Amino acid sequence: MKSIAESIGNEQTHIQAVEKIKNAGRICHVFLPAISALLAIAVELFIHDSGRHAATKHPYFLYVLAIAVICFGIAAAGSFFCKRLQVWLAESSLFFAVVFLVLNVSNVITKKITLLPVIFFPSLDKILSVLFEDWLFLLTCLGSSGKLLFTGFVCGALVGFITGVAVGFCRSAAYWINPLVRILGPIPATAWIPIVLVSFPTTFSASTFLIALAVWFPTAVMTSSGILNVQNAYFEVSSTLGAGRFYQIFKVGIPAAMPHVFLGLFNGMCASFLTLMTAEMLGVKNGIGWYINWQKDMMAYANVYAGLILIAVTFYMLITLLFRVRDHVLVWQKGVIKW
Amino acid sequence: MVGEIKVGSVVKQFFQQDGSEVTALSGVELTIHAGEFVSFIGPSGCGKSTLLRLIAGLDAPTEGQIYIDGAAITSPSYERGLVFQNPMLFPWLDIYHNVSFGLKARGVYTEQKEEVDAFIRLVGLEDFYHSYPHQLSGGMAQRASLARALVNHPKVLLLDEPLGALDAFTRMNMQDELLRIWQERQTTMIMVTHDVDEAIYLSDRVVVMTPRPAKIETCIQVELPRPRARSNTDFLRLRSKILEILNFAGKTYEPDYYL
Repeated sequence: MKSIAESIGNEQTHIQAVEKIKNAGRICHVFLPAISALLAIAVELFIHDSGRHAATKHPYFLYVLAIAVICFGIAAAGSFFCKRLQVWLAESSLFFAVVFLVLNVSNVITKKITLLPVIFFPSLDKILSVLFEDWLFLLTCLGSSGKLLFTGFVCGALVGFITGVAVGFCRSAAYWINPLVRILGPIPATAWIPIVLVSFPTTFSASTFLIALAVWFPTAVMTSSGILNVQNAYFEVSSTLGAGRFYQIFKVGIPAAMPHVFLGLFNGMCASFLTLMTAEMLGVKNGIGWYINWQKDMMAYANVYAGLILIAVTFYMLITLLFRVRDHVLVWQKGVIKW
Repeated sequence: MVGEIKVGSVVKQFFQQDGSEVTALSGVELTIHAGEFVSFIGPSGCGKSTLLRLIAGLDAPTEGQIYIDGAAITSPSYERGLVFQNPMLFPWLDIYHNVSFGLKARGVYTEQKEEVDAFIRLVGLEDFYHSYPHQLSGGMAQRASLARALVNHPKVLLLDEPLGALDAFTRMNMQDELLRIWQERQTTMIMVTHDVDEAIYLSDRVVVMTPRPAKIETCIQVELPRPRARSNTDFLRLRSKILEILNFAGKTYEPDYYL
């Protein structure tokens, strides 16, 4: 029969063993991204390329992976000393490991065994080589798109906001403007392209108008509905505090409607991306949308993918920027849409 | 002293959506003296909040007229501060800017800046200048809303069940706070409540209202010395008198047996 002390001892060694396994698991966990990237490097180095793959000037994918291994290796090592790194890695190491795994698999499919037609599904090396070798031209395209988007968005947002405020506060403005908003608003801005392209002097002004139109509708609708939804009690309280009509509009109605306004701006921004791309693919002779369309016609699909990646990154950053501004303006509010 | 309210045979009717008429007030006559603390009490639907809104100038009476210091009330004014049951602080402004709202709206902020600090201190929120309303507890938010109304130095403070949403302890503290502010500022106070104890504890006069037809049933002068004890015999006698008028006294039963 086992003594009590013995069984307690057994218990303790058992707990220690469990602790050891947990520790080992934690160490493995922080190194997961680096391990996954290393695996991708091994596959890239030791499996032969398919003959259908045309070699690029440099092995860009290998470079990217090497940088990833170094960065995530350092981060993993640093996580034993830095609390913030540890928290960040515990949260996201699995995600990055899977990202590298997906890149690895797509590399195998497109470069090693060429399972898909190489012309439409180029290897990662090809896409990266476009980004690294053609970046100056891509940036000029992005710049001209950005100019168009910025002008259109700012005009549309301003006019939309003013329209919304007028409809929200002024009965006669609502009487005349509401039908206009309701009839013109739901038409996709891109449907106006045939008319707009012939009635504006330049394609730039035409596209600016289209983007502004796309932003105007959601901004106007959300602003006016935001103002109409402000609790009447806020206006009553402010009037017993001595606020006049204009003070109420600017200091009560508009601040209270800001959450709705940002919702409208968010919808407007998504609509503006759509309109920008369509306008550039149909009429405008520069910009990133035009680039993609042009490269598609040249059957240069690596360039198409490079353009798409650039668009994704840019639009992600723009929407993040909008949400940062919103968080700053609406500090008083407890979370709405999370981004 | 200023802040005398005269309600001259006021009738207020509302039209419902189906076109039928509802009489919220039928011929209310009342004079509230300057510096007096008056409570309106009555079951819900007796028009006490309607009367308060008329005094505030948010609604206009169907018949009759209400006067403040002899001048007819036609629109809301900072002279008649209003505090709702729900604090209704502007959620996009922090406490300091909520309290200073009235001064800024009237364009006297630069001259009377110190008032804001004084009133925030008066309600004991000096540690919460930069907190937003959603970060405050119910009692704190209600105190901030009191400060916001008081900063304009209103002649009359209208309180629409200001303590109705608070828990019992916060409520009793706030009652003392209200009394302190009233004694300090000498403002006319008109409060709507459905708490008989609160009405007796605070007021010089309790106006009992009855529904259908909505009118003033009776006015009861509370002549107890302050500070008042809630368990005082006179207090309790007044309490049961008001409850009797309101028909809430309940039946008195003969006990089945005596010990």
